[in-house]
Parts: sequence; C-alpha cells; structure tokens
Amino acid sequence: MRDARGDVKRPIGLRLWLSGGWLTLLVLSAVFAPLIAPKDPLMQDLFLGRMPPFWMEGSEPGYFLGTDSLGRDVLSRMLYGARLALIVALVAGTITCVIGATLGLIAGYYRGWPDRIISRFVDIWMAFPPVLFAILLIAVLGPGLMSIIIAIVVIDWTRFARVVRAEAMSQGAMDYVASAQVAGRTRFGTMLTEILPNVLPTIVALLTLEMGIAVIVEAILSFVNLSISTDSPTWGGMISEGRTSVHQAWWVLVFPLITLFLTVLSFSQLGEGLKDRFDPVLR
Amino acid sequence: MMYEIRDLRLSFPDMTQKPLLGPAPRIEVLKGLSFDLPKGAVLGIVGGSGSGKSTLGRAMLRLLEPSAGSITFDGTDITHMQEAQLRGMRQRFQMIFQDPMSSLNPRRKVGGIIAGPLKLHGLDGLQARVDEALDMVGLPRSFAQRYPHELSGGQRQRVGIARAIALRPAFILADEIVSGLDVSSQAQVLNLLGELVRELGLTLAFVSHDLSVIRRLCDRVLVLHQGVIVEEGETAALFEAPQEAYTRALLEAIPLPDPDQPWE
Ligand SMILES: Nc1ncnc2c1ncn2[C@@H]1O[C@H](COP(=O)(O)OP(=O)(O)OP(=O)(O)O)[C@@H](O)[C@H]1O
Ligand SMILES: [Mg+2]
Repeated sequence: MRDARGDVKRPIGLRLWLSGGWLTLLVLSAVFAPLIAPKDPLMQDLFLGRMPPFWMEGSEPGYFLGTDSLGRDVLSRMLYGARLALIVALVAGTITCVIGATLGLIAGYYRGWPDRIISRFVDIWMAFPPVLFAILLIAVLGPGLMSIIIAIVVIDWTRFARVVRAEAMSQGAMDYVASAQVAGRTRFGTMLTEILPNVLPTIVALLTLEMGIAVIVEAILSFVNLSISTDSPTWGGMISEGRTSVHQAWWVLVFPLITLFLTVLSFSQLGEGLKDRFDPVLR
Repeated sequence: MMYEIRDLRLSFPDMTQKPLLGPAPRIEVLKGLSFDLPKGAVLGIVGGSGSGKSTLGRAMLRLLEPSAGSITFDGTDITHMQEAQLRGMRQRFQMIFQDPMSSLNPRRKVGGIIAGPLKLHGLDGLQARVDEALDMVGLPRSFAQRYPHELSGGQRQRVGIARAIALRPAFILADEIVSGLDVSSQAQVLNLLGELVRELGLTLAFVSHDLSVIRRLCDRVLVLHQGVIVEEGETAALFEAPQEAYTRALLEAIPLPDPDQPWE
C-alpha cells in the first residue's frame, strides 16, 4: 500500500524566486537607504541638472542613474522612495486585509443576519466611486502618509470582504465542516481551525495583490499632488516631475516607472508563487 | 435501546415559494417516523432518491433539529437539546460521510484529522490512539503524515472510518459511504466496516441504495418512501416476503447477486 504520492516535492517556482528576490532587494534598499544611497536625495545642485545615466555621454561620476532638472540624484531618490512605497504597501495592505477578511469570513460562514448586515454594508459602501472617495477623503484629512493609508483601507476593504465571503461560503458547504460539528467543535472554533486554513490561500493572494495596488494608489496620489509633502521623495512624485521633461531627460521618468512596474508585478506574482509552493493541495 | 424514535417530523423552509415579505412555507421531509434501534443492531435504511434517508440520519445525529416528535438516544431525549449540551455527548454518536474528499479537511494531515476530535473530547494518549485507529482500518501508520489528496478513494474512506471509530462511539451513521468507490474498494470497505462493527460492538445505521449490500451487512431494514416508513423488519424476513408493494418494487428493480457467493 505504498505509493509515491506523498513523496512528491515541488520545486520552488521561478516566479517565487524572481518576485521574492526583487522585493527582498527593495526591502533592503528601503531599510539601508541612508547607508547605500550615494547622495542626499534632497540635495539640489543647479549646475548638475539633467545629467544622463552613467553609460551615456556627458554623465557625471557618482550619479549612476543621472540627475533630475534640479540636479538631485535619481538613484538616491529612488532608494528613499522605496521606503515610502513599502510602508504604504505593508501597512495599508495588512489593515485592509484584516478588516475585510474578518468581515468576509464571518458573513460567509455564519450566514443569516451577520451576513445580511455585512453584505448590505458592503453594497452601500461600493456605491461610492472609489477615486472620488479617496480624493475627497484626503482633501478632508489633509495630505500625508496616514491619509493615504486610510484612503486605501477605506476603498479596498470591500474587495477582501466580498471575495473571502464567497470563498468561506463555498467551504462552509463542505462535509468537513459538518464533520467538525459531529466531532463537537464549536461554530467559532470551526471557523478558525477548519474554514480559515482553507480560505488562507485566497487571502494571501488578495493581500499581495493589495500591496501592489497600494503602491500604485500612492503613486497616483503623488501624481495629482495629493500624497506626502513634495520634499520627501516618492516614486509617484518622481514620475510626475519626470513627465514634464521627458524629452530632455527621459531617465528621470523611466527609472522610477520601471521600478514601480516591477514592484507591482512582483507583489502579484509573489501571491501566486507562495500558493504554488506552500499550499498542500494541488489544484 | 440505542434509539427510540417517535412520530419524528422534520421540515425545511421552501425558498422557491418564499413570499417577498414574511417567512417561507415549509415542506415536510420526514412525516412522522417511529421505530426502535436496539443496541448492537445494524440497521439498513433504503429508499429512493429524495425519500429522506440522509435527513433522517442527520436528525438522529442532531445535525438537524426535528420540528415535532422525539428522538431518544440511549435513554436521553435529544430532540431539542441545545448544541452546547449536545457537544459533550457527540463522542457517542459518530458519522461516516459519503464523499471522503469533501469530508476530510484538505489542508490537514491524516494524523491531524483523526486526532482533532480526540483532542476536543479531552482524550489522552493521542498518538497511540491515532496509530491504533489506523491499524484497525488497515492503513500504514506512516499515512498520518499524508494529506487527503495523497490517498486513493478507498484509503480516504478508511480515514473517514478511522476518525469515527477512534472516538469509541456507541453508534455510527454511515451515509452512502461506498457510492463513490469502485467495486473492489467497495467490497473492501464494506468488509472492514462489518468487521469493526462486530469487533467493537457498534450499533450502525447504514444508508444505501444498494440492496445487495444491505442484505449482507444489516440485520434490520427500514424502507423509506417520501418521508414515510413503508416497511421495517428483520432483513431475512423482509427480503423473503416483502409485505408492501413499494418494497416489492424496490426489490424487483435491483438485480440481486447470489448472497452465498463471497465478495471480491
Ligand atoms: N437543507 C434543505 N433545504 C430544503 N430541502 C432539503 C434540504 N435538505 C434536503 N431537502 C429535501 O429533502 C428531501 C429529502 O432529502 P434527503 O437528502 O434526505 O434524501 P435522500 O433520501 O438522502 O436522497 P439521496 O438518496 O439522493 O441521497 C429532498 O426532497 C430534498 O430536496
Ligand atoms: Mg442522501
């Protein structure tokens, strides 16, 4: 009665390596930005404006990725920008996830009146146009890190709530839930020990996706000047500044744009990669 | 008596007929059932699809609450007992489910699946009990480290049986437990169940479509039709001389193999 099914080990997927690698690099840059950034990200030098990156003619030694129109080092600004992007991604992503997933889990598993209340609330909430909502909120709260995080949470918790509710509902119909009742487990215990582990892969995928979205939202808000004050470097702020001089100095726009793109992509791939690697259930 | 069931009625709300405001009308699925299940008996419950077999089973385990009548389990009236109170008794009546893929939590290892209920009831020596349960259903102990999807259908159903018997219950409900298996694993699982029932002195309610299986395994049969007991009695007598037209039709509809021939 021995077969090899229990022995199959899956290789760590390429996408987990790539996305995890990029995000690790980003975390390290963010944490050690003051040590590794070659220049002060805020230091202006009008004589060194719009210097190209190192491989191009006319580049200035020490400014690897060139300078912007005020002569600030693009690489250093990107490293410091990673701090803000990651704080927003982690904090906003986690709070959104905890609030949305908890409500979704309760609604989907308990059904009945908790579900009616939560679902009605989600429906009403979603009737507001999200971007307008965010801009309004920040206008009221005033720009700043906290406002961005609150705006993201306020807009996106419904996504978690809806998806997790649906998933909890379909898991709740499985016989292993009835079997937990037969065994004498409480409703609440069943939710935590039987349903939650089965909804967790969905939650993790949503969470990493949400972190990517948070990075984008922060960039968009910087773009419309609603983010953190303009003197702390953000990727979104760099992109919006770079846009105005894209014909004379493309690097000011392109490097942060690529970084942003890779980061958002890595977050979404990380979720999928983690699922492939750590979910015991082969789908 | 393991079970004394009197005038058992159970209804579900009919959502298709629900008016815009106010409660949905109810459909009665069990329409006044009365029977006794003696200790140590193996009762077969047969009937067409939708006749209420699973509903009856789930009411006996109090996964559903009857709307009228009474269910007495081992001298205790459990008809309207609160879940909190039932929880303490649940060790004594267990269930084996139809689809082991759905009834085994896919993200728990077999060892955890069997040990979970034991922990809930505060039993000690978990490891030894899990090993013993695996031995009894004929699975290697190393299977404790496997996930359900790493097992075959027959092996999964053995895990379902192991989970139920590990609690040393007095009564087990088996609801169509072999209908998802191929013929040879069906025979193995049924033989195993038969042995365990004898060895552990279990009382068993066995829900099935398959009359040939009922005939081999059960000493009493209850024929259900549209929520009513059509006929109930000793297996041999019922198969020899069915009293009711419905039972006769049921027996004629299914080709019976020779009961004296061994399974394989
Ligand atoms: N939760 C429910 N809500 C409403 N109606 C239900 C519910 N569960 C069962 N029913 C109805 O009760 C009747 C009996 O169902 P039950 O599952 O007991 O049948 P069964 O005899 O087990 O059939 P099968 O052999 O197909 O498993 C069916 O008509 C079914 O539609
Ligand atoms: Mg059924």
